[in-house]
Amino acid sequence: MTKDACKQIVLDIIADIAPDEDLSNLKPDVRLRDQMQLDSMDFLDIVMELRKQHGIEVPEADYIHLATLDSCADYLTPKFEALGK
Amino acid sequence: MSFQPARIVITGIGLTAPNGNSLSEFRQNLLNGVAGVEPFDVRYMGKLIAGVCHYDPLRYQKRKELRVGTRAGSISIYCAHEAVKDSGVAFDALPKDRVGIYVGCTEHGNVETENEIYAISKFNYDTKYWSHYHNPRTVANNPAGEVSLSLGVTGPAYTIGAACAAGNLGLIHAAQMLRLGEVDFAICGGVSESIHTFGIFAGFKSQNALATHADPKKASRPFDKGRNGIVISEGGCLYTLERLDDALARGAKIYGEIAGYCVNSDASDYVLPNPGRQAECVRKALTNAKLAAADIHIVNTHATSTPQGDIQECEAIRSVFGTGCPDTHINNTKSYIGHCMGAAGALELAGNLPAFDDLVVHPTINVEELDPLCDVPGLVLNTPKQAAKVDAILNNSFGMLGINSTLIVKRFVA
Repeated sequence: MTKDACKQIVLDIIADIAPDEDLSNLKPDVRLRDQMQLDSMDFLDIVMELRKQHGIEVPEADYIHLATLDSCADYLTPKFEALGK
Repeated sequence: MSFQPARIVITGIGLTAPNGNSLSEFRQNLLNGVAGVEPFDVRYMGKLIAGVCHYDPLRYQKRKELRVGTRAGSISIYCAHEAVKDSGVAFDALPKDRVGIYVGCTEHGNVETENEIYAISKFNYDTKYWSHYHNPRTVANNPAGEVSLSLGVTGPAYTIGAACAAGNLGLIHAAQMLRLGEVDFAICGGVSESIHTFGIFAGFKSQNALATHADPKKASRPFDKGRNGIVISEGGCLYTLERLDDALARGAKIYGEIAGYCVNSDASDYVLPNPGRQAECVRKALTNAKLAAADIHIVNTHATSTPQGDIQECEAIRSVFGTGCPDTHINNTKSYIGHCMGAAGALELAGNLPAFDDLVVHPTINVEELDPLCDVPGLVLNTPKQAAKVDAILNNSFGMLGINSTLIVKRFVA
């Protein structure tokens, strides 16, 4: 899996949990919370959807890696690859 | 000198019913005999019938709020915004800590709990897939709390659990809080999301109390000899209530005045009604309102279209209004919209309030053959009736565990 493909997966999840937001101009290197309205429950949504849709577990200590799209890709891509995706 | 409680008036109404999303649409359909029951898929049970509301949830909510919140919360938000708008109050200027939100509910939490159990069933019941939204969605104050978030109200906001009497209790409790001076402006009534839980359908089916009919719109038929049970519906109706002095000071439109009420308990059975206690509730409400039975011009019944319950309420009605009440009309709104549970009392009252202006009593529809045991003097059946006068409306709402409520609203006279 490429990092761009991984970012798209995260974006698709965010599109579902924040349906009122315009995601077209999200900067990959800026904290998601600084660019859109995302609260702690929303972040738990991202974690839950990664678990439900893709079988990926994100331990609480690693939540920090979901801060930006770039950091999501860096952190999640190896996990996807470990699952053979 | 005896204590004179403040006079409380209705100044705004917001509602969604299976046959209308505003008071004017709802009222028109009640006068035109338009029912709102339709086929409805229920999890595990298949195609049944229900009263479904078709309001636009995006009128007052963002899509994310809809995703995070509950159906009862959404209905409450729609009704609350509509009521506030209808009241004409300068809401932004109101001190929000002096606004109270009192929402009657039959039950709350079943929908979300069933949804989550269904969701984790797809993951071999592993609870790590259980939603982190479950608790805020299922706390009993959820519908009122969602309204507080939506309107920025910082005063008391909570629900009142009172089975199917809850709609009336929302109004009664708000009137009490206004009289106590706890709040200056109240948003109150009842809501129901019940059609989204299979449990309520399955429960009534197991009780042999779920209505069936080839034509869904004829399924809810209180007082008809062929009635065979309840049509379960969702809905909501919230009012704005104010002390009369406040309403007059801002030149508010006044729908009617809270004249009196009573809430009592059967203390006799989990589900079976008690006509003696129901009649006692009505009489105490009349006493509270300082009115005689003959002063009531519309009695809106609770009757849910069950074989036994309708007869028992008619027995109670007959004992109070059976003689000496030539100007009292008896009707029923569930024949159009089914049983809106926690919203029932509030919605059914709203559907009758315009009679203060047009003097028309909406009928009970779907009565093809009147059950002789439900034949009460003054019944208005199948076609609207022009009344000589409508100065007081009495609304009955009863619920399981034997909770009874009667609310009387009278024409406002300065």
